[in-house]
Amino acid sequence: MGQDATLPIHGEMTMLYRTLYSRNVFAELDRLARDMQQALDLTPAIRGRGPGAFPALNVGTTPRSVEVYGFAPGIDPATLDVQIEKGVLTVAGERRAEAPPSDGKATTHARERFDGRFRRVVNLPDDINPEAVQARYRDGLLHISVPRREPAKPHRVTIQ
Amino acid sequence: MTDTQTPAREPQAGHAEPALTPPVDVIEDAGGITLRADLPGVPRDRLCLEVEGDTLTIEGEIAIEPPEGMDPTHVEVDRARFHRAFSLSKELDTAQVKAELVHGVLTLRIPKAAHAQPRRVAVRVD
Repeated sequence: MGQDATLPIHGEMTMLYRTLYSRNVFAELDRLARDMQQALDLTPAIRGRGPGAFPALNVGTTPRSVEVYGFAPGIDPATLDVQIEKGVLTVAGERRAEAPPSDGKATTHARERFDGRFRRVVNLPDDINPEAVQARYRDGLLHISVPRREPAKPHRVTIQ
Repeated sequence: MTDTQTPAREPQAGHAEPALTPPVDVIEDAGGITLRADLPGVPRDRLCLEVEGDTLTIEGEIAIEPPEGMDPTHVEVDRARFHRAFSLSKELDTAQVKAELVHGVLTLRIPKAAHAQPRRVAVRVD
């Protein structure tokens, strides 16, 4: 890198800074992943999104409804909090990690699964009917179906 | 138990598309290993667990039946299949694996073979 004379000086400084002061290779990789994500996704939503968010969400629309799928395994459905307020759907709750055996002799080899509190937010279109929302939880998949007030059918305008 | 990057065998026909890697917790105690994997949307009949040689393979398919004509507007889960393989070490008793799938979380208990369980060695002082 230092041999490239056309490299802007601040770029070189950044490289130097990172080489000298990055103690934690994992934090560095994490930052690299975020940098790349920002470089690829120029207009991220203000509430954030992307890999790592829990639960992962898929949203689809039909003329009659908005379908939200939340991939939220291992949660007691009674503790899931699903709300619609001012056209914003919120899914919130908590997933607790199972306590390791108490004898203190257990070794954790991998801990990749999410634990803690979560909250995810979806903006809904204007024509939804929040009174008739249905939510189901099966096999760790939360399916929320929000009906729309009337099918957005195109209607022909007669010219007089 | 280590993650195997290369599949133990060729993917089956129709299963060639890329798969999601489920996040796991792996905890070892004196009696064996407990593995938990997140497989949201995978019903029991779409889960396939296999031990072949020293490779444990977890495969699952997400069962979603979206309404007809649904237009996906925001997609974070873009594949319908989970796949992950682990190589098991010799002292694990693969014949005694217990599996449980609750709310999309798979819990596997792989005990250590009886001869591999820790034994306290009495130290004699003469």
